[in-house]
Amino acid sequence: MASKAPAAVNGRDRDLHTENLTINMGPSHPAMHGTVRIILTLDGETVVDADPDIGYLHRGFEKMAEAGTWSKVIPYTDRLNYVSPLINNVGYCGAVEKLLDIEITERCKYIRVFISEIARICDHLTAVAASALEVGAFTPFLWAVQAREEFYFLIEMIAGARVTTSYTRIGGLRWDLPEGWQERYEACEKRLFRMMDDIETLLTRNRIFIDRNADVGVMKAKEAVEWGFTGPSLRAAGVDYDVRKAAPYLVYDRLDFDVPIGHKGDNFDRYLVRLEEIRQSVRIIRQVIRDIPEGPVNVDDWRIVLPPKDAVYNTIEGMIAHFELIMKGVQVPKGEAYYAVEGGNGELGFYLVSDGSGRPYRVHVRPPCFALMQGLKDMIIGGMVADIIPTFDSINMIGGEIDR
Amino acid sequence: MTEFASDRVLKRFPEQVIETHRQHGDDTVVVKRDGLVEVLEFLRDEMDFLMPIDVTCVDRLAMADPPEYESDPLHPMLTTQTVPSLGKLDGPRFEVVYHLRSLSRGALVRVKVPVDEDDPVVPSGTGVLKGFNWFEREVFDMFGIRFDGHPDLRRVLLYPEFEGHPLRKDYPRKGYQPRLDMPGLNGDKVPGIKE
Repeated sequence: MASKAPAAVNGRDRDLHTENLTINMGPSHPAMHGTVRIILTLDGETVVDADPDIGYLHRGFEKMAEAGTWSKVIPYTDRLNYVSPLINNVGYCGAVEKLLDIEITERCKYIRVFISEIARICDHLTAVAASALEVGAFTPFLWAVQAREEFYFLIEMIAGARVTTSYTRIGGLRWDLPEGWQERYEACEKRLFRMMDDIETLLTRNRIFIDRNADVGVMKAKEAVEWGFTGPSLRAAGVDYDVRKAAPYLVYDRLDFDVPIGHKGDNFDRYLVRLEEIRQSVRIIRQVIRDIPEGPVNVDDWRIVLPPKDAVYNTIEGMIAHFELIMKGVQVPKGEAYYAVEGGNGELGFYLVSDGSGRPYRVHVRPPCFALMQGLKDMIIGGMVADIIPTFDSINMIGGEIDR
Repeated sequence: MTEFASDRVLKRFPEQVIETHRQHGDDTVVVKRDGLVEVLEFLRDEMDFLMPIDVTCVDRLAMADPPEYESDPLHPMLTTQTVPSLGKLDGPRFEVVYHLRSLSRGALVRVKVPVDEDDPVVPSGTGVLKGFNWFEREVFDMFGIRFDGHPDLRRVLLYPEFEGHPLRKDYPRKGYQPRLDMPGLNGDKVPGIKE
């Protein structure tokens, strides 16, 4: 529906004088979830100009991170992308470990892959569910959120919290996976597949859904790359780029999975890519369950990971190590590193600079939505006002991440 | 990987490159300010680095000496303020950091530009890859570095009336901002709305 408004209706109002109208869409608007404002210039119902205005959730993450020790940043990362906080945890800790030049244990790597994929499923479920909601379909939203709730129970079982997980630690994890996690996951998966079949029945061949989403919000491959798009939005445009394949981290190079790509780069392609990525995530998780080795989850270095409580209470070395780590934090050597993981919406990068003082000198996050939002303008100009909502949703902007 | 992008850049622009290194496996090239656009264009056209990943900045003000943390004796972990002493820094104060990725090579390259405090201007990379647009706006917003040739250099995360640049090391962590009158109350125009 990305067509120009008709110049004449029934040949009558050919000479009707119209002028452009500038309106605010958001920041507090039911459809602009995430608190963002788009300043629109409209000609009738056609968008002539758009200027997305972000920053309403800015809370100074990068400045706050410079205040404490390296491990004190981990809880802040939960609040970045609050739909998939586990990926943020993995990304930040991976970046610090890169600066420290340490190798985490095999079991920890597999668990990190496992939690990343669970978080990705949650993220994509939310995006898919909301994309149906935006065009008036309420039922799939409820189903998807219910299925996501199952995963939240699983996350709660693993990390102790549904959203504010803070599950990873520098050099390892808070604790190992709890007993019975596999059975719990199987139940989630069963529920997920049932829900996905239902959603596909309702949406994928639904006339209204296709009419509202196909050929809307088109972003071509070349443009998408130039705008810095990553993640499902880039893959929907037909570019085969996934951080998990392009620069494999953890154990993704040992796992067998496909990267789905679209060919048109419209909202419908983004929806299909996300659905397929959920299935690929399940495929990865099954391999993780098959391959996960036994063993410790933390590195054996008391300068990085807290010693076991038994050692703290009964040995002087353990006591000293515990005290040093709590009071002074992890001593990260001087240097800089960029570490990227594939987040729910694209490449989530952490650029860290250390001056060797035991505190982060600079913590910079590369939020995937930031690049997506600057390209949003090109996707909605020329379209109709009503198409902004599904387009804006299909890039799945997360306020906590883009505003930091 | 057979060849590193930083080596190619060094070979091509020997007088513009200050330094190259591969710390922690990140391919890095430090270039002079005047050579930035040339280097970015070279990377885009001949090395296939088409994807703008990130632009950020590092304020090296507190780098020269170990920063003095003023601690509360009762809560030693809660440092109150970090205002490092000025004038001891060797070299330029800011470092603008570009990250680019190449899809065909599967490689990441970091381009760093040292910038002096007295003249915080960098040629904009938006002419090379338009995706640097908002990232450069953010650096302007947070560090006050101006990008020469940027089409739309406004604040992006903070509001236009904000005073100062909060990610600079001499901006206090508990900085307060002046109160603003509510726009539109006295009949004045609401900012951001074009006529």
